[in-house]
Amino acid sequence: MSVFAARAVVADLRDRIRQFDGRTARDRAVLPFGVPEIDDRLPGGGLALASLHEVCGGGNDAVEGAAAMLFAAGIAARTKGQVLWCLTRSDLFAPALAQAGLAPGRVIYVEAGDEKSLLLCFEEGLRHGGLGAVVAEVARLSMTASRRLQLAAEAGGTLAIALRRLRHRAEADAFAQPSAAVTRWRVCVRPSAALPVPGVGRAQWHLQLVRCRAGAAADFDVEASDAEGRIAFSSRLADRPPEAQLGRVGASA
Amino acid sequence: MGALAPPPDDRLVLVGREGSRRIVTAVSRPAEQAGLRVGMPLTKAHALLPDVLTMPADPVADAAALNRLALWALQHYAPIVAPDPPDGLVIDTTGADHLHGGEERMLTGLVNRLGASGIFARAAVADTWGAAHAAARFCADPVCIIAPGTTSDRVAPLPILGLRIPPDIVTGLHVLGFATIGDVLAVPRAPLVLRFGPLLGRRLDQLQGILSEPVDPLRDPELASVRKVFGEPIGAPETIARYTTALVHDLCLALEKRGLGARRLDLLFHRVDNSLQAIRVGTAQPVRDEKRLTRLLSDRIETIDPGFGIEIMDLTATLAEPLLLQQAVSSLIEEEQADIAGLVDVIANRIGARRLYRMAPVESDVPERSVHRVAPLAPDDGATWQGRWPRPARLLARPEPIEVMALLPDHPPGAFTWRGVRRLVKRADGPERIFGEWWKRDAELAAVRDYFQVEDASGERFWLFRSGNEQQAASGAGRWFLHGIFA
Repeated sequence: MSVFAARAVVADLRDRIRQFDGRTARDRAVLPFGVPEIDDRLPGGGLALASLHEVCGGGNDAVEGAAAMLFAAGIAARTKGQVLWCLTRSDLFAPALAQAGLAPGRVIYVEAGDEKSLLLCFEEGLRHGGLGAVVAEVARLSMTASRRLQLAAEAGGTLAIALRRLRHRAEADAFAQPSAAVTRWRVCVRPSAALPVPGVGRAQWHLQLVRCRAGAAADFDVEASDAEGRIAFSSRLADRPPEAQLGRVGASA
Repeated sequence: MGALAPPPDDRLVLVGREGSRRIVTAVSRPAEQAGLRVGMPLTKAHALLPDVLTMPADPVADAAALNRLALWALQHYAPIVAPDPPDGLVIDTTGADHLHGGEERMLTGLVNRLGASGIFARAAVADTWGAAHAAARFCADPVCIIAPGTTSDRVAPLPILGLRIPPDIVTGLHVLGFATIGDVLAVPRAPLVLRFGPLLGRRLDQLQGILSEPVDPLRDPELASVRKVFGEPIGAPETIARYTTALVHDLCLALEKRGLGARRLDLLFHRVDNSLQAIRVGTAQPVRDEKRLTRLLSDRIETIDPGFGIEIMDLTATLAEPLLLQQAVSSLIEEEQADIAGLVDVIANRIGARRLYRMAPVESDVPERSVHRVAPLAPDDGATWQGRWPRPARLLARPEPIEVMALLPDHPPGAFTWRGVRRLVKRADGPERIFGEWWKRDAELAAVRDYFQVEDASGERFWLFRSGNEQQAASGAGRWFLHGIFA
């Protein structure tokens, strides 16, 4: 059996399993990154819209989660409609979101007093169904809570992003516990490429796809999201096959 | 008296009649400082202060004004409000304080708002009406909060005038040597009751919470209101929810007749033990949608303790505004905008309307002043922040001082130490010079900040600034701060 035939069989089987799950075409809608290297790794060719995704910062960024926040903002910016941003700490600087493509008129902030009410607001926003995306900066996310959120995201057809922020540097890894999230991303910052003149170039991220339901984990070196919230593939990928290079120039431009 | 009122710094007394005597019923503050007191005969007042301004007292108009004030408090603060004549309001703040940022902020806000409209007010929160009454009138601070369980201790030093008893009992107690509420609480009850009647004992019990004291809530006939009286008391949450739906239906019909939409709904539960429980929900825009209003009320039913049963449910649109019909979709091409007002209301009622906001740009170069909060459903004018300089994702609440090695006059730092970690700067961009807003604040006439975006060896990016330039000492001390984190 050729590779293509095998793929067709697998795709057919996947469709049938999805029918058993009772998920409709709307649930299968995805939000592609526009970067073939990443989209190919994700089932359906992008981030599943009606589901929960987890993002956390890596290394020193685990507490502030600034890079993770911009990554989440970039994803939310590419959805349609308003975005609900739930937080407990008010250190977010709105102009940065605007520079990541999220216009100030699109974001509604919810400053919940504690984690419990934060999760309630998160779920409420997901169930409403009229929002483009709901982002919540959560410290802890138990299996039960993530399951609830995943179900709420499916029910409302809304993209859910749990932005994990540790409270202390010494705290255990945010992804140490299992969760029902469809994908888990860790965003680490990388030193940027030197410019020919003094200055700071586009930020570089090391993007780890730690978990992906119906997919494999992967690592990517990308350039940080731009003014439209799009990340670009880093031109410095070491193990890229040479023949693919020509086709990917567009993605890194 | 409105516009006819004399200025507040006049020495004014109001004059009423007691039998054939003309006595002073109220004194303004300057008059009080001059030695005039309530209850004094007018002749004595004239003797003390010949140029005192006198006006006839009008208790009926006073009561009407107090009612209007109570109605205002009802619309702005809590569902259960009643006038407490002659000069007070009683507000049951149960479940209402968190929507105003806690008890202290609520009371301070109340006193300040009343003060801004020329009403000198004092406020207190306590477990019982009696304790709050005494504390509001006789506590040293204009805002007094008595923590739950400490009522007896806090009220003990207050004078017996705060007990809501007729003046003759007060005089009688004074004659016996009682000065404070604590003195009265300390002695056996029976001889006191024998001498002064049952009222004193009842007031003392109500003060301590031994005897319940329901507040008879103010209701304005102008407001749309529906009521359901039950033959048999109800208690199950499902039953309450069912009747809530029915009441909302009736209320929406009543609102429709007037062309109004509800901005604030109060659902009162009269329990069989003669106490009151209340739910208040608010909406960001006028609403007459039964489903949405029912949802908002049903969300809060769990906070109601039915006790031995509820015999009356009373639903009032405390605040209603004209509801205008709007066209939802204007053309086929335009994308449909999802209506999120319902979601906003649900969340706002759960965590407080102030915690739900949008950020809008302010024309200011100073980063911490460049954002302000607007209501989540405020019209979007599409404005955004001008300028292409990158802004950090996280802005520290206040800039943190850092230790820096930098070349003068305007080079970015080569290394800096923040929170005990030394970082080598690999790349840097700047300076972006931001001047103080001298046209608004005199203190910032010469203030200058030079912002740099720096990247350390691991790729983390920070937003640093140096306050001041080298030429003018007034522009700042030349110290370095870390203000934000990029990514």
